Amino acid sequence: MTQMTEFRSPQGEPPVEPQLAGSPVRAGDRIFRTLTAGSSVFLLVIIAGIAVFLFSRTVPALQADSVNFFTERTWFPDSAPSVFGIAALAWGTLLSSLLALLLALPVGIGVALFIAHYAPRRLATGLGYLIDLLAAVPSVVFGLWGRDFLVPNMVGISSFLAENFGWIPFFATPNSETYTQTMFNAGVVLAVMILPIISAVCREVFLQVPQGHIEAAMALGATRWETMRMAVLPFGRSGMISSAMLGLGRALGETVAVALILSTSYGISLHILEPGGNTFAANIALQYSFAQDTGIDALIASGMVLFVITLLVNMAARWIIARRAAFSGAN
Amino acid sequence: MAKRIDARDLNIYYGSFLAVESVCLSIEPRSVTALIGPSGCGKSTFLRSLNRMHEVVPGAHVDGSVELDGQDIYADNVDPVTVRRTIGMVFQRPNPFPTMSIFDNVVAGLKLQGHRSKSELNEIAEGALRAANLWNEVKDRLDKPGSSLSGGQQQRLCIARAIAIRPDVLLMDEPCSALDPISTMAIEELIEELKRDYTIVIVTHNMQQAARVSDRTAFFNLVATGKPGQLVEVDRTAKIFSNPSVRATEDYVSGRFG
Amino acid sequence: MALLQADSSRTRANATSLASRTLPRGTVPGLGIAACGLAALLFSVAPFGGFAGYVVFSGLLFLVAQTATSFAVEGRRHAVDRFASSLVHTTFLIALLPLLSVVWKVLAQGSDQVNGNFLTHSMRNVGVSDAGGGIYHSMVGTLLQGLITSLISIPLALLVAVYLVEYGTGKLARSVTFFVDVMTGIPSIVAGLFIYTVWVLTFGFERSGFAAALALTILMVPTVVRSTEEMLKLVPNELREAAYALGVPKWRTILRIVIPTALPGIITGIMLGIARVIGETAPLLLLLGGTDSINFNALDGPQSALPLFIYDQAGRPNPEAIDRAWGAALALILIVMILNLVARSVARLTRVR
Repeated sequence: MTQMTEFRSPQGEPPVEPQLAGSPVRAGDRIFRTLTAGSSVFLLVIIAGIAVFLFSRTVPALQADSVNFFTERTWFPDSAPSVFGIAALAWGTLLSSLLALLLALPVGIGVALFIAHYAPRRLATGLGYLIDLLAAVPSVVFGLWGRDFLVPNMVGISSFLAENFGWIPFFATPNSETYTQTMFNAGVVLAVMILPIISAVCREVFLQVPQGHIEAAMALGATRWETMRMAVLPFGRSGMISSAMLGLGRALGETVAVALILSTSYGISLHILEPGGNTFAANIALQYSFAQDTGIDALIASGMVLFVITLLVNMAARWIIARRAAFSGAN
Repeated sequence: MAKRIDARDLNIYYGSFLAVESVCLSIEPRSVTALIGPSGCGKSTFLRSLNRMHEVVPGAHVDGSVELDGQDIYADNVDPVTVRRTIGMVFQRPNPFPTMSIFDNVVAGLKLQGHRSKSELNEIAEGALRAANLWNEVKDRLDKPGSSLSGGQQQRLCIARAIAIRPDVLLMDEPCSALDPISTMAIEELIEELKRDYTIVIVTHNMQQAARVSDRTAFFNLVATGKPGQLVEVDRTAKIFSNPSVRATEDYVSGRFG
Repeated sequence: MALLQADSSRTRANATSLASRTLPRGTVPGLGIAACGLAALLFSVAPFGGFAGYVVFSGLLFLVAQTATSFAVEGRRHAVDRFASSLVHTTFLIALLPLLSVVWKVLAQGSDQVNGNFLTHSMRNVGVSDAGGGIYHSMVGTLLQGLITSLISIPLALLVAVYLVEYGTGKLARSVTFFVDVMTGIPSIVAGLFIYTVWVLTFGFERSGFAAALALTILMVPTVVRSTEEMLKLVPNELREAAYALGVPKWRTILRIVIPTALPGIITGIMLGIARVIGETAPLLLLLGGTDSINFNALDGPQSALPLFIYDQAGRPNPEAIDRAWGAALALILIVMILNLVARSVARLTRVR
C-alpha cells in the first residue's frame, strides 16, 4: 500500500495515463534532427560553393588570358594583352612540397616509432604533446623564424652541398651563390611545418598494432628493430602513406612562410640551392595587393587549381585510411 | 633439442607487485607439462617468464632462476633474443602476421637468422607445415595471406612458425581457447605428435584437455585476490586428477571451485 | 619431421649455448664520450667550424663507432638493432630542435619588445621607420575575429557532429564525414579566396574583420567537428539506453546526457580549433584590409590582427619594424601556446572519470 501512495498525485487524483500515440515530444526530436541534418547539408553546400564560386571567376580569367594558362610561366594578367599561366607556380609548388615531404617523412616516421615503441611508456604521452606543440606555432612565425634565423644558418650546409655535390643538377649553382631565399630553404621550413601531422598520424597507427603481432615477432627471437620491421611497419604502411599525403596537402597550400622566405621568380629551375621559384599560395599572397580586375580573377583561377590539387591529394589520403579501416579486421 | 627446464625460487613481479611467488618446478624433456589453475593465479605469467616474454610488459621483472639444461636464462650474459629463439611460444589468439603470406609467416623466424637459399627455406617450410599437420591444407596456396585461413588453421600456422626455427622448448598459452572443438582436437593430436621431439609446456583452462594431452600437471592457485599466485603441487597427470595430495587441488579438479 | 631433422644441424649448433657476447655495460656511453672527444680534437686542429657542425660530426662518429663495435662483438643483427635504435632516437631530437629553436628565438627577440607600452598602443601615427608603437589594435582584431569565428563555428560544428554520431546513417552521413576530412586539408588561402569571391566580389561588401572571420570559420568547423565526433563516440551507449529506458526523448538525452558527458573533450577540441585559426595569416591578407588604428567594429572598415601585423612588419626593410614583428610573434605564440596547454590539461584532468 505504501508503494501505491507514491504513484498518486498529491490531490489524490488518479495518475495521468501517458499517451503512446501522437506524443508531443516527437516534435522536439524532429526539430533537433532537422537542425543537425540541415547543418550537415550546409557544410556540403559550402564545399560545393567553394568550387562553384572559384570556378565562376576562373572562366572569365581564362577567357581574358591570351596565352595557354597551363604552359605559360610568367604572370602579367593586368597588362594588355593579358599574359599569365601556372607552369612556374605548379613546378615550384610541387618541388617545394616534395622536398619538404622527402625531409619530413623519414623524421616523422622515426618520431612516431620513438613515441609509440621506443620511449619509456611513462614519458611517451608527454613527448607526443611536445611534438604536437610544433603544430601550434603559427605559420607566419615559422616564416619569420625561417627567414631571419634558419636561412642564415643554412648557408653552411647549402654551400657544402653545392661544393661537394654540385655535379648533381639539383645542387648545381651556376647563377648565384648566396644560398638564401632558395627552394631548399622553403622546403626545410615546410618540412618542419608538416612534421607534426606526419608523426601524429603514424603514431596513431603504430599504437594500433595488435600486441599479439608484436609478441609473435619477439617470441620468434626478433630484436626490437626486427620486430618493427616484421610487425609494426608493415601494419602501419597505409597509415604512413596517408600521413605522407596529408603532409603533402598541407605543404602544397602553405602561404606566408613560403612568401616570406622565397625570393619569387617565374622560372622553372632544378637548382634548389639558387634563389627563386614560386608557389600558388605565395603568388596569391604577394600579387594580391597589386592585382586589378583581371589580376584578381587570374589569382582566383590559380587558387582553383591549388584547391583541386589539394582536394585530390587529401581525398586520396582519406581513401587510403578508410580502406585500411575496412580491411584491418584480420585479427 | 628437447631440453629440460628447472625453475628455482622464481618470484615474478609487475613493478613492485609480486604476481607469482617462489615457484620451484622441473619440466622434463620430451613430455607435455600442463599448467592449470583458476584465473589470475599466475600460470600464464609463469609461462611467459620461461622465455622472458614476461619482461615485455614495462616494469615486469623476476628474481630466482630458470635453467635450461643447467644454463640460467636470466644470467647477465644471456640475451633475451637468444632465449626466445631457443624457447618458442604459441599464443592464446592465433596471430599470424596479417601482411605476410602463409609461406612468409612460416619462415619469418628463419629469415631473421641470416640468408638461406630459397630451396632451403622451401624445404624447412614444408617440414614445419607437415609437422603442424597443415601442409595438405595449404600447399596450393602458400602465397595467400595468413589471415585467409580459418582460426584453427591459423593456430597451426603459428605452431609451424614456432617450430620452423627448431626451438628446444615449445610454450603454449591456452592455444585452443579461441578455437572450435574440431580445431581443438586437431591441435591436441598435434601436441601428442610434437612431444616426441619437443619439451612442451601448455597453459590451459580446460581440465579435460590437461588430462588428455599432458604427462605431468602443475596446479597453480591464489590464496586470495591481491596475494601472489603459488604453485600448489605438481605430479603425474593421472595422479593429479585421481588422487592429488593437496585438498585445494582436489577441489579444483573436481570442479568445486575455479 | 625427417626434413626438419635433416636441416637442423646448422641451427642447433649455435643454439647449444644461450650465453652470447654482449657489449659490457658502459661501453655505449664510453663510445659517446670518446666520439665527442675525438670530434673536439679534430675540430681544434682542422679548419672546420661551428658548433652545429661539431654536434653532427660527433653524432656520426658515435654512430659509426657503436655500430662497428657492436658488429664485432655481438654480430650483425645486434649491430643493426643498435644502429636503428640510435637513428630513431636521433629523429626525435631532430624534431625537437625546431620547436626549441623557434621558442628560444621568439623569446629572445620578442621579450625586449613586449612591455606595457607595446601592449596598450596601436600603430597610429607611428612612422614606418620609427621605433615604438604597439600591437593593441592587432590584439583587439585577433580577439574579435576569434570571437566571431567561434560564435559561428561552434554551434555549426556541434550540430554537424551530433548529426554524424547520433542520427547519421547512410549516404549523407558518409559524404559529410568524408568531406569534413577533406575540408581539414583545404589551404587557408583558398578559404580566403572563396570568401573574397563571395563576400567582396559577389555581394560587394568591404573587407572587414567579419569577412576574415567567415574564412576562419571554414577552417575551424572541420577540426571541431572531427574532435567533437570522436568525443561523442566515446560516450558509452549504455548511458543513452538508460535515458531512453526512462522515457527521455532522444534530443533531450543528447542535450542533457551525451553532450555534458563529453563536454571536457569537446572543449579541448574547440580550444585547439581556436588556437589553430587565430594563427592563420593567409585569409587575413585577402580579407582584413589591415590598419594602424584601433577598430572595435568587425563589421565596418578594415581591422588588424596579430598574424597580419607580423607579416606586414616582417616585410618592411627597417629593423624597427622587424623588432615589432618579433614582439608581436611572442604575443601571438604565447596566446596560442596557452590555449593549447589549457586545452590539453582540460582533456587530461577530466579523463579519469
